[in-house]
Amino acid sequence: MIYDVTINDRNYRLELRRADGRWQCELDGHAIELDAVLTRPDVLSILIGGRAYEIKRECSSLDTHLWVSSTRYAVELRDPRSLRGRSGGARDEKGPRKLVALMPGKVVRVLVSENQEVEAGQGVIVVEAMKMQNEIKSPKKGLVQKIMASEGAAVNAGDVLAIVE
Amino acid sequence: MFKKILIANRGEIAVRVIRACREMGITAVAVYSDADRASLHVIQADEAYHLGPSAAADSYLNIPKILDAAKRSGADAIHPGYGFLSENAGFAQACADTGIKFIGPTAAAMEMMGSKTRARQTMAQAGIPFVPGAFRGLSSVEEAAEVADKIGYPVMLKAAAGGGGKGMRLIQAREELQSALPAAQSEAQRAFGDGEVYMEKAILHPRHIEMQVLADEHGNTVYLGERECSIQRRHQKVMEEAPSPMVSADLRRRMGEVAVRVAKTAGYTNAGTVEFLVDQEQNFYFLEMNTRLQVEHPVTELVTGLDLVHLQIRIAAGETLPFAQDDVSLRGHAIECRIYAEDPDNNYFPSPGKITLLLAPSGPGIRRDSGMYEGWTVPIDYDPLLAKLIGYGSDRPQAISRLVRALREYFVGGIKTNLALFRRILSDPDFQAGRLDTGYLDRLLQSPHSAASQEDSKVAAIAAGVFAVLDSASPGRVAERGPEPVSHWKRTARTEALGEQLRTKN
Repeated sequence: MIYDVTINDRNYRLELRRADGRWQCELDGHAIELDAVLTRPDVLSILIGGRAYEIKRECSSLDTHLWVSSTRYAVELRDPRSLRGRSGGARDEKGPRKLVALMPGKVVRVLVSENQEVEAGQGVIVVEAMKMQNEIKSPKKGLVQKIMASEGAAVNAGDVLAIVE
Repeated sequence: MFKKILIANRGEIAVRVIRACREMGITAVAVYSDADRASLHVIQADEAYHLGPSAAADSYLNIPKILDAAKRSGADAIHPGYGFLSENAGFAQACADTGIKFIGPTAAAMEMMGSKTRARQTMAQAGIPFVPGAFRGLSSVEEAAEVADKIGYPVMLKAAAGGGGKGMRLIQAREELQSALPAAQSEAQRAFGDGEVYMEKAILHPRHIEMQVLADEHGNTVYLGERECSIQRRHQKVMEEAPSPMVSADLRRRMGEVAVRVAKTAGYTNAGTVEFLVDQEQNFYFLEMNTRLQVEHPVTELVTGLDLVHLQIRIAAGETLPFAQDDVSLRGHAIECRIYAEDPDNNYFPSPGKITLLLAPSGPGIRRDSGMYEGWTVPIDYDPLLAKLIGYGSDRPQAISRLVRALREYFVGGIKTNLALFRRILSDPDFQAGRLDTGYLDRLLQSPHSAASQEDSKVAAIAAGVFAVLDSASPGRVAERGPEPVSHWKRTARTEALGEQLRTKN
């Protein structure tokens, strides 16, 4: 398998093969002596040229991080053969944008109504959890196309709450 | 001694008190809300009683329901923990009226310390040092200038009716008063409906240091040394240590004696904490008294060798303090990290959810007071404090190195936590040198930061690929984890998730 991996904004090309429990690994064209064992779900013990690492995987519905010793790394991994690359930033301003809940909680206020015009950064929906309120803001100037959340409703991280067009 | 104690709390502090009860041969009674049926304190208690719905007002803050549970269980005392009803004088009084011993101060002492103005008047009469200032409304710029000359610049204008920074102005020199006073007055008027503004000496870069006191019901009061609590965020403490790296033996004795005087003046009994603001010249000023056990009590326990919860229970049972001030000595150094369910990628907002994996540290000098377990769902209804990790060493550098080591072993999966923050603080040169004040953490978080080493980045990249290969080899395992049978690697990045449709096709 070949992967393009981004770790904290640094890009790597990784080639991995596994046969009979043995790993072959190339990182940016350099061969690396690798052994890896999944010790429990989301925890890897890996040996790289004799050095031992315990890697923990932290997944949420929005992103993935890996912990190497006690440092946390943001991780993106893509298969370069698939067309599913990252979209360019320029395209982000166009088209409908979804507003998602970043944490599980309860919708305490809906600040706008459908078909209302909003500015970029304007508060749209307020979600509360653990005595803290999180105002979810519009990512762009536009029209509120749809509101999927109602006041009092429970939401999970990653739930789409509204769409701004 | 009590036979049965009801713990009117939840989370790690309820577990902490249950442990003390067990060690003393006392039956521990838990209470719980709907959201907490499967919480650790209910599992670990000897008895547990349901209070009601998850909202705190219907459960942990509901005095009749808690007293009813106490009566049903036959408890002869109630430990309130911290937060919830712990500083509610009405609750302490209601316990006394029902013939159940409240493990804490009397309602009268609590009431006195709870009212800022009454506490201030009483303490001023007893000669307790306050931040210098004029605690009456300022009527004119001339009057303000006169007061400011007396206490010395810089000074702070503050609204008498409120807080939160509204109506507050920092004044460096006399000529600024001309425009600042009317502005502060009108801002206070708009925010609180009351334009009264008073003046206080401005304490720049203060430290927040508190002194633990313990008083029995026979007139004996001692202090157990200080805790440095300057590492805060949104007025919430994140890390505490004992002793403070900046407090000398002489300053400790002087602060301790003032704290004892505060407690005695208030007629205070049981465990309490006197909070001080300390300026850069090591002048200290009384802020307020917390009339309960503090979250950060373990650091004091480790450096004094005392068990504060045992002592609270013994004092409440009428026992005399088993030691005098001269018997108290500090040994070593302890630092506490508060582990919160908070999302470091989302401005440290709360992040409740199910804990899918928990790896806990242990080994020399490590204490962990926790209310969580693997498989437990952190409820959205309460404070996000999950656990406290406390490192102890014979000196501060050893306590730090033990914590750094323990943080490598600690991992909470399934939810986001502030764990990564502690490694950053512990390796910061200012922290290591003990250069702390209440603005420290905000400055640290705003400074550019990269803990990432190039070597470990490569390791992370390789591990990401290994996970992906293993995931694709056993797709069923991934599906078990969540409602959506989607490889986490196939999801688009957070930035895209915010803007674009989540691709859930595999």
